[in-house]
Amino acid sequence: MRVNGDVRAIQLDTRTTLLDALREHLQLTGSKKGCDHGQCGACTVMVNGQRIYSCLTLAVMHDGDAITTIEGLGQPGNLHPMQAAFVRHDGYQCGYCTPGQICASVAALEEIKAGVPSHVTADLMAMPQVTAEELRERMSGNICRCGAYSNIVDAITEVAGRQA
Amino acid sequence: MKFDTPATSNPIDQLKVVGHPVDRIDGPRKTTGTAPYAYERHDVARNQAYGHVLGAGIGKGRVTAMDTAAARAAPGVVAIVTTLDMPRLEKGPRNTASLFGGPDVQHYHQAIAVVVAETFEQARDAAAMIRVEYARQPGRFDLAAEGPKAQLASAESGEGGAAPQEDRTGDFEGAFARAPVKLDETYTTPDESHAMMEPHATIAAWDGETLTLWTSNQMIAWGRTDVAKTLGIPEENVRLDSPFIGGGFGGKLFLRADAVLAALGAKAARRPVKLALARPLMANNTTHRPATIQRIRIGAQPDGRITAIAHESLSGDLEGGGPETAVAQTKLLYAGANRLTAMRLAVLDLPEGNAMRAPGEAPGLMALEVAMDEMAERLGIDPIAFRVVNDTQVDPEAPDRPFSQRQLIECLRTGAERFGWSRRSATPGQRREGRWLVGMGVAAGFRNNLVMASGARVRLDGSGGVTVETDMTDIGTGSYTIIAQTAAEMMGVPLDRVTVRLGDSSFPVSAGSGGQWGGNSSTAGVYAACVKLREAVAQRLGFNSAEAVFADGEVRAGNHSAPLGQAAGADGMVAEDTIEYGDLAKRYQQSTFAGHFVEVGVDAATGETRVRRMLAVCAAGRILNPKSARSQVIGAMTMGVGAALMEELAVDKRHGFFVNHDLAGYEVPVHADIPHQEVIFLDEVDPISSPMKAKGVGELGICGVGAAVANAMYNATGVRLRDYPMTLDKMIDRLPQVV
Ligand code: FES
Ligand code: FES
Repeated sequence: MRVNGDVRAIQLDTRTTLLDALREHLQLTGSKKGCDHGQCGACTVMVNGQRIYSCLTLAVMHDGDAITTIEGLGQPGNLHPMQAAFVRHDGYQCGYCTPGQICASVAALEEIKAGVPSHVTADLMAMPQVTAEELRERMSGNICRCGAYSNIVDAITEVAGRQA
Repeated sequence: MKFDTPATSNPIDQLKVVGHPVDRIDGPRKTTGTAPYAYERHDVARNQAYGHVLGAGIGKGRVTAMDTAAARAAPGVVAIVTTLDMPRLEKGPRNTASLFGGPDVQHYHQAIAVVVAETFEQARDAAAMIRVEYARQPGRFDLAAEGPKAQLASAESGEGGAAPQEDRTGDFEGAFARAPVKLDETYTTPDESHAMMEPHATIAAWDGETLTLWTSNQMIAWGRTDVAKTLGIPEENVRLDSPFIGGGFGGKLFLRADAVLAALGAKAARRPVKLALARPLMANNTTHRPATIQRIRIGAQPDGRITAIAHESLSGDLEGGGPETAVAQTKLLYAGANRLTAMRLAVLDLPEGNAMRAPGEAPGLMALEVAMDEMAERLGIDPIAFRVVNDTQVDPEAPDRPFSQRQLIECLRTGAERFGWSRRSATPGQRREGRWLVGMGVAAGFRNNLVMASGARVRLDGSGGVTVETDMTDIGTGSYTIIAQTAAEMMGVPLDRVTVRLGDSSFPVSAGSGGQWGGNSSTAGVYAACVKLREAVAQRLGFNSAEAVFADGEVRAGNHSAPLGQAAGADGMVAEDTIEYGDLAKRYQQSTFAGHFVEVGVDAATGETRVRRMLAVCAAGRILNPKSARSQVIGAMTMGVGAALMEELAVDKRHGFFVNHDLAGYEVPVHADIPHQEVIFLDEVDPISSPMKAKGVGELGICGVGAAVANAMYNATGVRLRDYPMTLDKMIDRLPQVV
């Protein structure tokens, strides 16, 4: 696999999820395990540019894939604009859902830009817009039990505005 | 430092750093995934093996046999410890159910084995190979059915609200009988799960007789004592380290099975063991907020004055457990000469009930504040006006005891103005927008302010840098940041010259995170240590410490000034102190207040409820950091919406367990459920509370929200629900006929 730009070769148990390959074998613990069952979104990473629950996919299915994790987006001192916006808007509390929220946010804005509709997109022929309603719908696979939702949407909106 | 007289002016009042909405200092680490949570400490111990916990498959009974042969022979297995290998372990005073050991099963998913293997996958699969035989016993799983056998019970919630088993002031029955307007209704709240995002997790390593636990725990000192007690080892031999905690909400206040079984597994495996409770184990293995059945009676004069108020609550717990203190706020929130509160406790064989965010008040206000709304309607008085009429500035049970501050009326009035309350129709079911019936609701928020002794150590180095060490935890509350702000203010240095180290039991014992006492108490502890350090610095410089001003990295007194680092010298200086409290909390009632406003739309055809707007106006003393405090409040409001509309652990009353024990079955609010939320903090400083003049705010935010949602739903539809969560199935056949 190519993980955050580096080629990583690892031998794994076929039962090992992509999430555990990252956290336990590559020691990239930025991706979180909240449920291990595809119910929370804490493990969200990007595979070949698309967001995915890394706990719901086996690592062996990703031979040769390009994986981007939270560590690949930015580091302390060199934050990705979305990471910086989360800090500014206090888009987190305990921080455990945060890497997943940030990966999902970055991917969700790309999806909107690419014209991918969502459940709340009224007109499937028109380009979806970055509205609070679209963001809330698209981010609903990422639970934040601390309840930072209102601030997370503010952070994403700011980044989207700057991108546009 | 003993805090036994109200605070006068002190260096915190400068508000150069404290009181500002600064970004969290741990933000860059949390947003880049580099903040290390318990399970992620690859660096702290070499050769970590993986543990997997097996939970009991019955609700009550005994384990008669465990066949571990296949599991022991499975690839990679290093050790297996079963509950039959040892007698029931001792337990700390804060646990009700035993955490491990012995054949008896007290509740479903109680831990009965830990399997240690080379990999996570091997440990999990081997655990599934253990064959367990049980002797099942009948259990008591139905709260309503056990109600008639319930006994009166008093309690401290352990995390705030407290109430004696029965409390009477005046003659409730007589006054209620005579009251011209009255209400007598029953409200129910379900069992709820903390569902924090980070599962309970621990890495355990033994070094001879000493044990280190890298874990996820809100209360380090409690945890350390209880580990020692449970494992029968001296407390000095135990170290806990929890620098980052992925949410707790009360679920990580106490020692849990993850820590105990990691320690036992590590001992058996003779190497460090890491384990996390699997998500589907958490709801039944750990604690939950207990269900309640609450009866409220209110009698009033036609002008709205309450003359009689009674609140009785029934809840259940395991033998030896305690009640949910749902009546606590009713002792203090409204005036009224004749009062009764009582709690009854039924013995249930369900998992252990215990503190969850605002234990007592959260479910208590979900009942009381709906009753107040119903009563206002019967009186024909606006719900805000009704609360204003019944405001009290003194403890209604002890009128010589004033509130230190009480701005409930201001909260409600400010909120009404801001929210557009005047546009609400007093008659329900009047506002229709497309498919939505729209309504507004209000509720009072109330939560006591608790103060706890809290210690800290502050170090000054030769370059003028300041390091704070305390076993205080940051569970998302912002402790790192407000502690740094406190030290920066006290020592006169910029925020980036302060380093904060938390959550290690080798640091001074703090208040810990619970009962919304953490922010105020832990910063007051840092204040005390800084006062000591300032005195030492002034003394070393030969300055009069009373005159010394600490600012801009310098100490000044009269015509003299010196850089802070100069006093510290090459070896640095250290001071340590603990804030302790006198009887101010007895002489004054210290509480925090809120006005919660909610607007909902209820689908006219399906009964689905969507929250459209939310506002909380809070009066909670000095707000140390408005940014992180606001987050605490919106997070609690979100949990309040969950409690109102969706959260419920469904009880299997035949077999005795919570059925929906994962994040797919136990629904919590997601992004799509939560609108933009607004929070206003009223200007307030409370010198009675602490030298920080702050109070708790983290739990106030949930107190009353559920009732505000319920009242808004009633205003939208005319359908009054008294049974939480208020799901559409309870609404749909009662909706008004609309064309
Ligand atoms: S850990 Fe993957 S969705 Fe929860
Ligand atoms: S920040 Fe704690 S779960 Fe989102």
